[in-house]
Amino acid sequence: MEIVKKLKIKNDLGLHARSAAMIVDLINRYNAKVYFRKDDQIIEGDSILSLLTLACPKGTELEVKIVGKDADILMRELSLLFDKGFGEL
Amino acid sequence: MGSKRIELKGIPVSPGIIIGKAHLVDRSKVKVPLRKIDDNSVTYELDRFKRAVEKAKEQISSLKNRLPDRLREHAFILDSHLMILNDSMLYDATLKRIKKDKINAEWALKESFDEIKSLFSQIEDHYISERINDVENVVQRILRNLAGYRHDDFSDVNEKSIIVAHDLSPADTAGLNPKKIMGFVTDGGGRTSHTAILARALELPAVMGLCSATKQVEDGALLIVDGDTGKLIINPDDEDIYYYREKRIQRQKLRSSVLKEAHLPAITSDGYRITVMANTEFLDEVFNVKEQGAEGIGLYRTEFLYLSHQGFPTEEELFEDYKKVAEIMAPDPVIIRTLDIGADKFKDKLSVSNETNPALGLRAIRFCLKNPHIFRTQLRAILRASAFGNIQIMLPMISGLKEILDAKNLIKEIKDELSRKDIPYNHKIKVGIIIEVPSSVMIADALTDYVDFFSIGTNDLIQYTLAIDRINKEVAYLYEPFHPSIIKMIKKVVDAGKKGGIPVAICGEMAGDPLCVPILIGLGLKQLSMNPRIIPFIKKLIRSLSIRELKNDIANIMQMAIPENIRFYIMKRMQDLFPDMDVLGEYFYTRGSQ
Repeated sequence: MEIVKKLKIKNDLGLHARSAAMIVDLINRYNAKVYFRKDDQIIEGDSILSLLTLACPKGTELEVKIVGKDADILMRELSLLFDKGFGEL
Repeated sequence: MGSKRIELKGIPVSPGIIIGKAHLVDRSKVKVPLRKIDDNSVTYELDRFKRAVEKAKEQISSLKNRLPDRLREHAFILDSHLMILNDSMLYDATLKRIKKDKINAEWALKESFDEIKSLFSQIEDHYISERINDVENVVQRILRNLAGYRHDDFSDVNEKSIIVAHDLSPADTAGLNPKKIMGFVTDGGGRTSHTAILARALELPAVMGLCSATKQVEDGALLIVDGDTGKLIINPDDEDIYYYREKRIQRQKLRSSVLKEAHLPAITSDGYRITVMANTEFLDEVFNVKEQGAEGIGLYRTEFLYLSHQGFPTEEELFEDYKKVAEIMAPDPVIIRTLDIGADKFKDKLSVSNETNPALGLRAIRFCLKNPHIFRTQLRAILRASAFGNIQIMLPMISGLKEILDAKNLIKEIKDELSRKDIPYNHKIKVGIIIEVPSSVMIADALTDYVDFFSIGTNDLIQYTLAIDRINKEVAYLYEPFHPSIIKMIKKVVDAGKKGGIPVAICGEMAGDPLCVPILIGLGLKQLSMNPRIIPFIKKLIRSLSIRELKNDIANIMQMAIPENIRFYIMKRMQDLFPDMDVLGEYFYTRGSQ
C-alpha cells in the first residue's frame, strides 16, 4: 500500500529535536517506510538527523509518502501528531 | 608535595564550598587513525563497530533508567541520543564505508560525522544547527568504546571527589552521583546552561567558565571550590585549607542560626517594618525562595525562556510558567519584569541591524514596543496568569512618559480582548516601572500619576549615570554604588514616590549589599528585593538598625563628595553596631560584592 499526503508544521518551534524525535519514535512502531519531501529534498522519516537537516520552521508544508502494510494507520497517526503541533499548541 | 598553588576565577553557578580531590575527566577528543583493512577483516571491523554502538546504547539507556526524578523532564535529550546512534546517516553510512572503502571503523565513523556536520552547518536556524553537538557527543562515545576506554560515566569514581572537565554535557551532569561527586568545575559553560541548572537542582557546588582548569589541574590534586564566589584553588596551602574549612563551618553555623529566624519579619529596632523580597529567574528556584523568608518576588526575570528557545516561546508556555510562580507565591506578590533584553540577542530569530552600542540601543521596553507581536504575547500570558495569584507588571528601561503610555495602551487593549472572550484576569493588576535611566529619576515626580509603583534598578542606573560600561574591563573600576550622585538620585525617587503616594522598591544589587542596606533604609526605602540566598542575613541586619539613627547618618553622608568617604563612614558605623561581626562581615563582604 502507498499513501501520499501533505502535512503542515503548526507549532511555533517548527521541526526541532523534540518533535523530530517524536516522529521517529512513531514511525519505528509501524511496519512501513516513510519519506518526507520538502521542495526537491527527499529524506527517510526514520532518521532524526535527516529530519533536522530539512530545517522546517512553522508553516512548512511537507509531502509525506508512506509505503507498506501499516501505511494507512501510520498516516492517520502522523497527521494527528502534525495537527496537534507535537503537543506544543 | 612540591605542587604549585594556583588560583583561578570562573563563574559561580551553584553555591557552596567544597574541599576535595580532583577527578580529572580526560575528555580530549579521541585520536582517529586511518587504517586500511584487507577483505578478510571487513566482517570483523563491521562487528567491532556494531558492538561499540550496542555498548553506547546500553550506557545511555542505563543512564536514562537511573535518572533522578527531579531531572525527569530532561530525559528527552537522552532519547534523542539513542536515536542518533541508530540513525541511518550515522550507522548505516558508517557500515557502508567500512565495506566499500575497506577502512577501519573509527575512520569510517569520522567521515560519516564530517558529512553530517557539513549538512548541519548549512542550516540557518541556530537552534537546530547547534544539535551537531549532540551528534558529536554520541560519536565521541562510540569512539571511546572502540578504543576500549572504560567509559567515564563517573561510576568508576570510588572516593569522594570533584569532577574537573573541559565541558560536561547535561547528560553527564544528570548521571553524577551526589554521594560520590562533591561538585564540579569546567572550562566552558555559564550560568544559564542546562548543565548549571542541573547542578543547582542536584545542590552540587559548581564553578564554570574557568577556561584552563583541565590544563592546570592534575588528577588527584587537592582542590578548593568556592561556588559562592567562583574561585578555584589548585594545590591550596595549609592556610587556604584552614581558612576555607573555617569559612565552611562558620557558613553552616551562621546559616542555620540565621535561617531559623528567616521566616520572621524584618522590623527595625525602632519598629519600622521593611519588606524583603527575592529576585529570581528560574521556576525551580522559586520553591527555595519562601524557605529563605522572602515576602514575595520583587523581580521575576523573564529572559531565560526566550534565550533557551528556538524561535520565541508560545503564550501558553509563558502562561504556564507565570501561573506556577504566582500560585507558589500567593498571596505574596510576584512582580514580573517584562522582557529586558537587547535586539542583538535575537539575531538568529529576527532581522536586526548591528548596533555599535547595544547597551544604549534597541533593548528592553524599546525593543518590546518596536515588536508589539512579541510584547503582546508576553503581556497576554502575564494578564492571564494574574487570575491565579498576586502578579504585578514591571516595565524596564523607561526613559519617559511616552513609553509608559504606549505600554499601558497595549495592556488596555489586551485586557479588553480578554474581557470580550470571558478569559479571567486581574482587572486591577498593578503596573509599575523600573527607574534605571537617569532621565526618569529627574521626572519621577511627574510619573507618579501614571504608574502604581517604582522599583529602582541600581545596576543600570549606576552604569548610565556614571557613563561606564561594566563589561569593559578598562573602566569597570568606576562602577561605584557609593557615588554621591547615586545616593542623591535614589533620594529623589524615594521623595517623589512619597509625595505622589506610590510605593518605591529597590531591586538592584545594592539591595542585597549589607553596606548599602543601611543607606537605603535611611533614605526611606521600605521594600528591598535581592538574591534569595542573602535574604536571611539582610533580615538579621535590618533587625539591628534604627531608622531614627540612620536619618542622622544620611544627613552626614549627604555632605560627602567622594565615594571612599561614604564607604568608610558606613563601614565604621557597621563595625560599631556589630563588634563581633567578623563572621557575619566576611560572609557579607563576599556575598555582597557580587
